[in-house]
Amino acid sequence: MDLSLSPEYEAFRDEVASLLADNQDKAPTQNDRGMKNQKRLDWQKWLIEHGLAARTIPQDYGGYGAEPDILKSRIIAEEFARTGLPKGIANQGISMLVPTLLELGTEAQKQAYIRPTLHGEMVWCQGYSEPGAGSDLASLATKGEIDGDDYIINGQKIWTSTAKQADMIFCLVRTEPDAKKHHGISYLIFSMDTPGIEIRPLVDMTMNANFNEVFFTDVRVPRDQIVGEPGKGWQVANATLTHERGMLGDPNAAKTRLLAIAELMQQETINGERLIDNPVFRDRLITLQARVYAMQANGLRVMSSRIKGESAGMAGLIIKLQGCELNHELARLAIDAMGEFGLLYGDTPYLRDFGAWQAKYMYDLGLIIGGGTAQIQKNIISERGLGMPREPRPAAV
Amino acid sequence: MEFGLSDDQRMFQDSIKGYLDSAAPLDTVREVADGGLAKGQDIVSGLTELGLDQVLVPERHGGLGLGLLDAALIQEALGSAVAPANFLATALAIVGIESVGTDVQQSEWLPKIAAGEVRFGLAIAEYVGAREGAGVTASHGLLSGKSLFAMDTQNATHVLVADTNGSLHIAAMSEGVARCPHATIDRTRDLAELVFSDTASVALTGENKPGIAANRVVQAGRLLLAADSVGAAQTMLDKAVEYAKERKQFNRVIGSFQSVKHLCAEMAAHLEPARALVWHAAHAVDENMDEAAVMVCLAKSHLAEIGTFIARTSTEVHGGMGFTDLVGLHYWFKRIGANRQLLGSPERVREDAARLQGWA
Repeated sequence: MDLSLSPEYEAFRDEVASLLADNQDKAPTQNDRGMKNQKRLDWQKWLIEHGLAARTIPQDYGGYGAEPDILKSRIIAEEFARTGLPKGIANQGISMLVPTLLELGTEAQKQAYIRPTLHGEMVWCQGYSEPGAGSDLASLATKGEIDGDDYIINGQKIWTSTAKQADMIFCLVRTEPDAKKHHGISYLIFSMDTPGIEIRPLVDMTMNANFNEVFFTDVRVPRDQIVGEPGKGWQVANATLTHERGMLGDPNAAKTRLLAIAELMQQETINGERLIDNPVFRDRLITLQARVYAMQANGLRVMSSRIKGESAGMAGLIIKLQGCELNHELARLAIDAMGEFGLLYGDTPYLRDFGAWQAKYMYDLGLIIGGGTAQIQKNIISERGLGMPREPRPAAV
Repeated sequence: MEFGLSDDQRMFQDSIKGYLDSAAPLDTVREVADGGLAKGQDIVSGLTELGLDQVLVPERHGGLGLGLLDAALIQEALGSAVAPANFLATALAIVGIESVGTDVQQSEWLPKIAAGEVRFGLAIAEYVGAREGAGVTASHGLLSGKSLFAMDTQNATHVLVADTNGSLHIAAMSEGVARCPHATIDRTRDLAELVFSDTASVALTGENKPGIAANRVVQAGRLLLAADSVGAAQTMLDKAVEYAKERKQFNRVIGSFQSVKHLCAEMAAHLEPARALVWHAAHAVDENMDEAAVMVCLAKSHLAEIGTFIARTSTEVHGGMGFTDLVGLHYWFKRIGANRQLLGSPERVREDAARLQGWA
């Protein structure tokens, strides 16, 4: 057990810190809204050039081209958190499509898409879930029929975030109707400007349209806009799902959230008594603090495994389930501490923290469900982690 | 930067697990719990041969000079086998003597502990929380009063006592100490009431400021109890998974039902980060990290909660058999139950964590 950093890494931290300190005037601010705001794009370009974003993506494809080094990535993340400067763009194109193309794309696809995606000039959305294909994603029914050199796509996707802003979509489509369900899917990439695509915002319980429904009516996509072989889309998609699960549930975020609640409980009073002075509330806070620290220690353990190139095993499998649940419960404590004030939501007097705790409380419930529900996570933990048998398939009716 | 165990730590833990597999199988634990003292002594002797008494003793005093993380790994192995052992009291006596004994006192006692010439029990419960007005006071080298939940005193030659101010004293387990053993749920552990009547004792007089001395012992004790629960809970999870893979109902192994799988997944999902928390807290103490004291409180209280959850859930996965004496799962259930209360129930330990952070 050694949680210290070697001099090489301490030097790297100093280097990152001074780089950020010397260039903070380049960073976009709250006023620089919009995904393609020029100041944001310039900042992203500068970050990539200095190895602070797209760090391990080869230079040939527009990245910085460093050797993967988890500790350095962590140091960079910590320095962004410490300085409060905006870190590199994080979106589904960068976290999911780029790794997929690097692994399975053709050279032409890599050349065409990775660079603009990394630089924030090309925004992607993900077309996986359908109304009839959630946890059982492989039962998806959006179909792509061959017509000359094109696929003609018809069907519907749901839970598509950033569909309105996206230039492109990576999309799972059933192209081999006669194959078994996991073997009839292809991974297609195409422009969101293609005729026949309709986007309808999907308002969720937060009363925002964080997601959309996307409808395809005779959408014509060239057959070479496929990643991997026809019918192999399930394997292609699974490569990216792995990336998504790793992305959700950040233990440092939970620690920040806990400290914010402790602060809130020292500010808020009821009958003149601070909430932190109420033993019941205080006990809830410390109970959650223990879970936050446990997830932080677990995160360190997972990181150590990855540095050594080993599987983190059970410690890795439980992150999504436990991390999302913990964040949700932290938000619940904050709301309980505010009592009736915790109900305020929207433009109204007495609002605390812009209503962020209610927004988190609801949105985090979405995260517990999205990206593999808690129940699916438990299946994965029990099957892959504990070696328990799969639920037998019912006999065909 | 590495968060994990060294090869040496793994090997040491494995050697203890291996020894306990052969020396302390459930039948033997059962015999000890039913009063088979000789069997219990055999296990303790075997553990002594493996060097357990030397682990925390500094090398200059004839020990191995290892840290609390190493001790935690040993305690995890002991918990996983529900082994009767006096490692906990020995370790805590070493922590007390080393941190607040004078150089002379350390040189007097630590080599003897490492050599197995003396055996320490521990009477410190009242410093954490006194019930029925119990407690021990010290005056001119004489101890008076009672300690209700002293640990590992049955075969002890000496006992380390915290007085009501939190200063530490050593007394011989002789006629001056009346001992009355408790019947508790956890028969793998030795808990007894000790009554001191002007009992001759020696105060540890190094840095023995009131409070500081006992706090260090309590901190190490809480950490080791948490580690014991990690081990016991892991065994209960393993047994539940094993049982669920074998037991058939409705022509299927019950482990193929999602209702059962999800219970097992929940146990694993709670236990895995909890283990990392205990290791992290132990390391923090070894390295004198700022957050060490808070982390130990969090580890103790958290393992009390998730230990309780796993004890209950594993029993349920075993169905009716989990409830029987025959299967013996209850030994782990009770060990986890005991760990929850000893040196502070979770509510009290969380209050300590709040106090340490200026929140109470």
